[in-house]
Amino acid sequence: MVHEVSLCRALAASVTRASKGRRVEAVHVDVGQLRQIVPDAMAHAWVFVVRNTSLDGAELRLNPIPAVLACDDCGAEIELGPELGFACHACGSASTHVASGEEFTLTAIDVSEDLGAVKGEP
Amino acid sequence: MGRFHRHDDGTVHSHDHDDHGHGHDHPHDHAHDEALAELIGDHSGYQTGRERIEILEDIYAENDRLAEDNRTALDAAGVRAINLMSSPGSGKTTLLQRTLAQLEGTVRVGVIEGDIETPLDAERLNGFGAQISLLNTGNGFGGECHLDAPMIATAMKGLDLSELDLVIIENVGNLVCPAEFEVGEHAKAMVYSITEGEDKPLKYPVMFRSVEAICINKMDLAPYLDFDMELFRRNLAAVNPTARVFELSARTGEGVNEWISWLTDPNS
Repeated sequence: MVHEVSLCRALAASVTRASKGRRVEAVHVDVGQLRQIVPDAMAHAWVFVVRNTSLDGAELRLNPIPAVLACDDCGAEIELGPELGFACHACGSASTHVASGEEFTLTAIDVSEDLGAVKGEP
Repeated sequence: MGRFHRHDDGTVHSHDHDDHGHGHDHPHDHAHDEALAELIGDHSGYQTGRERIEILEDIYAENDRLAEDNRTALDAAGVRAINLMSSPGSGKTTLLQRTLAQLEGTVRVGVIEGDIETPLDAERLNGFGAQISLLNTGNGFGGECHLDAPMIATAMKGLDLSELDLVIIENVGNLVCPAEFEVGEHAKAMVYSITEGEDKPLKYPVMFRSVEAICINKMDLAPYLDFDMELFRRNLAAVNPTARVFELSARTGEGVNEWISWLTDPNS
């Protein structure tokens, strides 16, 4: 098991805070490609982490964010492919930075009725 | 899977279907909600009252805040901290052992040890005058793949920072997870061994890109391997063109001095 479990725990805590006692139907998360999240492992970890908590049954929806490299010299922005070279593809400069792809952001939750008695905190 | 509904069409685990934005109406949703309504005994419009709450919360923010606290405490004591990472079996503990031996009497070192496999590993680090703080990473599943800022905060309580110049954090042997978590270090470094294959920087670019220094260990084995140093250096440069590279053998001690110099003075 890798870091997906830790991330699910942190995510569950944030979702529980934000839901303010309402039933959570779905959890939307932006995940950058460079975050090295294995979606299947994440989905699996989420089930374990929320089981028997107020979030039991909440669906996890991961929105993949492509890794984009920006060149400090020529300004080109390139989406990183599977080869993941970090030099600028346009001018060859080694001076680049990651413009996107490092996100791990809770963007929204879908909630429905009040839960009443909350089963437990994750 | 219980009531958890995982999409089988790739919504959850697809990196090449970016058209699945937020709030799309998925054909499975209906069946899912009906099944849920069935379960909770509500057949009369379960959707009523469903609403979206927009949030923008970085899940790493809490860890990063604690990492900053750790760094502040280290800075206040004038201590430099290095987060040392590697794959399992790269020779990290052996290099650490040799590092402690060479620094004994000149630089006061503390070790936060998060990669203990056996009590024998811990014993190997004793006897060099270093303060050792052991982290038990085996408490709770999922805790064994990396160290995070709260764990380092706990481990730092086991060190007297006022009596130290340098803290080396020996991370868990893993080329994925440790790169994801700031712990409050001043620099990340890694140990790579030439038995691991030249393609590792391309397979684990996030790890190799995160470090300022890389020790290429087990150079004493070079005559017995067909390791291609040129190829490895090229692959490394593709993901991290600025890293300092030290070719060394933790076993024989060859090349270790340059690494030690960098450890104690990053501008060396």
